[in-house]
Amino acid sequence: MTSRRRFLTGAGVALTGAAGVALTGNAFAGPPVPDPVPDMSGMTHGGGVNGPMFAHGATVDHEANGFNPTDTLRDFDMGQTSTMPDGRTLREWSITAVDKEIEVAPGVVFPAWTLNGRIPGPTLRCTEGDRLRVRFTNASEHPHTLHFHGIHPADMDGVPMVGRGVISPGEEFVYEFDAEPFGLHLFHCHVGPLAEHIARGMYGTFIVDPAQGRPPADEMVMVMHGYNTTFDAEGNQLYAVNGIPFHYMNEPVRVRRGELVRVYLVNILEYDPINSFHLHGNFFQYYPTGTSLTPTELTDVIVQAQGQRGICEVTFPTEGMFMFHAHKSEFADLGWMGFFEVTP
Amino acid sequence: MTERTESTTAQPERGEADPRPGEPVGTGDGRGVGNAAGNRAVRLPVWVLGVAVTAVIGLVLGVLAVFGAGTLPERAGPPIEELAVERTVLSPGVIELTVRNIGPDPVQVSQVFVNDAFVGFTGGGEPLERLRSTTLVLDYPWSDGSPYVVSMLTSTGLVIEHEIAAGVTTPPADADFFGRMVLIGTYIGIIPVLLGMLFLPVLRQARGRSVKILLALSVGVLVYLAIDATFEGFELAAGGAVFGGGLLVILGAAFAYLVLMGVDRWLRSRTAAARRDDAAGGMRLALLIAIGIGLHNMAEGLVIGSAYAVGELALGAALIIGFVINNVTEGVAIVAPLTDRRPTWLALLGLGLVAGAPAILGAVIGGAVNNPALAAVLFGLGIGAIAQVVVQILPSLREHGSRAFDARVLGGLALGVLLMYGTSLFSAA
Ligand SMILES: [Cu+2]
Repeated sequence: MTSRRRFLTGAGVALTGAAGVALTGNAFAGPPVPDPVPDMSGMTHGGGVNGPMFAHGATVDHEANGFNPTDTLRDFDMGQTSTMPDGRTLREWSITAVDKEIEVAPGVVFPAWTLNGRIPGPTLRCTEGDRLRVRFTNASEHPHTLHFHGIHPADMDGVPMVGRGVISPGEEFVYEFDAEPFGLHLFHCHVGPLAEHIARGMYGTFIVDPAQGRPPADEMVMVMHGYNTTFDAEGNQLYAVNGIPFHYMNEPVRVRRGELVRVYLVNILEYDPINSFHLHGNFFQYYPTGTSLTPTELTDVIVQAQGQRGICEVTFPTEGMFMFHAHKSEFADLGWMGFFEVTP
Repeated sequence: MTERTESTTAQPERGEADPRPGEPVGTGDGRGVGNAAGNRAVRLPVWVLGVAVTAVIGLVLGVLAVFGAGTLPERAGPPIEELAVERTVLSPGVIELTVRNIGPDPVQVSQVFVNDAFVGFTGGGEPLERLRSTTLVLDYPWSDGSPYVVSMLTSTGLVIEHEIAAGVTTPPADADFFGRMVLIGTYIGIIPVLLGMLFLPVLRQARGRSVKILLALSVGVLVYLAIDATFEGFELAAGGAVFGGGLLVILGAAFAYLVLMGVDRWLRSRTAAARRDDAAGGMRLALLIAIGIGLHNMAEGLVIGSAYAVGELALGAALIIGFVINNVTEGVAIVAPLTDRRPTWLALLGLGLVAGAPAILGAVIGGAVNNPALAAVLFGLGIGAIAQVVVQILPSLREHGSRAFDARVLGGLALGVLLMYGTSLFSAA
């Protein structure tokens, strides 16, 4: 009578997680989730036909997190500069690895490993030919490194067993190399297990401007990533740009009509092979890796594999709300979705 | 301790009415005043001893609780978060889940996604304490017949999944609903059992050993039902781990077995006078078989009712016909002990109702409550009832003065099992 069994599959069988989840605690002390307000009218409180969104119309506590994606969007860290005897610019930064609990969705805490206490880490920006010094302090309980994309000597590569190798908890090291080639790069921890160190949040954007610069624009960084909150290494439960899922749905990215907008787009998503970026109501010029000043494509969707990145340049001719999101619908439904608000 | 030892040595004199020395006047046993003989042991009344022992046990337990608990290490590791979905109600655009915390630690459902899309929902919000339940109302435009996976994301990032096999609007538990459940219970329970009982005149033509073979066939039917129900019960219990899971099936079975044994003893003592006239014995057996089958049919009704509640009765007619054919055999089993008696029509109808009517009750419970833990208990009751009946019948199947079974009896047993297996295929459509 196997068919009778089938009836009951829908009759209340929850697959309870075996709770084999390594979490350090749920001491989340943010503001209490407000009483459920069944406000399904606005597009920001949906979940039904109005599109996916978090429940209760709540947002995360940016203050407790220590960063707000609205601020990090245009936060370019130029470092401390000085001139070296040979006339070149010396640029110095300090980056600290810290273990930190981040509220990644209203009421959901993620035990992250961060760089400078934020996800993604800082956006380091320099000009080609600069001498770069990055002082890396490991204040985390785990061994880490900083591995920069770009061109540099082997002993500055920030991987285990080469050069200084792993930087243990409590230690520090100065990575020093020249800024080349110009383009849009990234940096991340390179300690094993690699996927976990990256998925926990240890990455940032590394921009090397061409010597002659790029045309003036409203510039911003968008880092595509996700959170595997169950730590099962099978996909992610949350997808985001710049740290918080759906953030730019709640706080749209404000840009001016007719002004050139330049998006430094980085994909550092773990556990999924590719990610994508789709813009509504417009097309953009795309510069893969930013290593050429000539765009390769005029498009409204681009696809990036893990670690791939490129520059998108777009001008909005009309005002209004224009959505952008992963054109992998699953990622969009799970948080990778936002708005440009074009104002006069 | 000393006192107790002495009182043991004093045992032989227990029966005597002599009051004991040293005992205060007016203690519970109402016996008396001091004895001049004097030096015999103090015999405390039983209740004082009981209270004293209980107090000692309580004291030791208390000390253990205070000091022993402290020696245990703090539980390390992440919080254990477990939720069971006890009820799923679907209405247009809304999925409603009643969840219960079945883990040791509080659980807070912070976000919910359905088929990999975050959804707005009401309910939850506060951490759910152990064994507490709450209802989450999800705003989701589900469509008819599609499967859904509801994922509850807890405050620690754990995902607890609940599968909905097919989206179907949950019928409201109104008069119309209960009417349907009564009808379904009547179809699958009462009618087929009564139909099966119509075989009684046919069975009467068969004499002597063939009655024994027919009884064996009944046992085969019951054994099949018990085994089938055991599998069903454990499968159900897996979803109702809240209150013990598979243990509920076993407890239910043990309970039904013991209670029915008691009922049987009682029936026997009442019919003891009429023992010479063996008619009551046959009726007693028929009644026990009917009760066993009735409890089984309650579990069967439960399955049908919950199937209806989740909209799976679209299979409808074929399924009901399957159950009907299956249950006709049960009617035959009930009348098998009555082949050489002359029960009244009323008595026969009563037996049919005892065996069939619980299906109605099961259908109502299954449709309205839809709770896996309760279902597990009901399946357990059915299994225990059947086991009890089998134990009752088996001795009468043996060869006279022997512990062996005749080959034809064994054949009847096998035939019963095969019949049930065969007819059950109809309801496995
Ligand atoms: Cu690391």
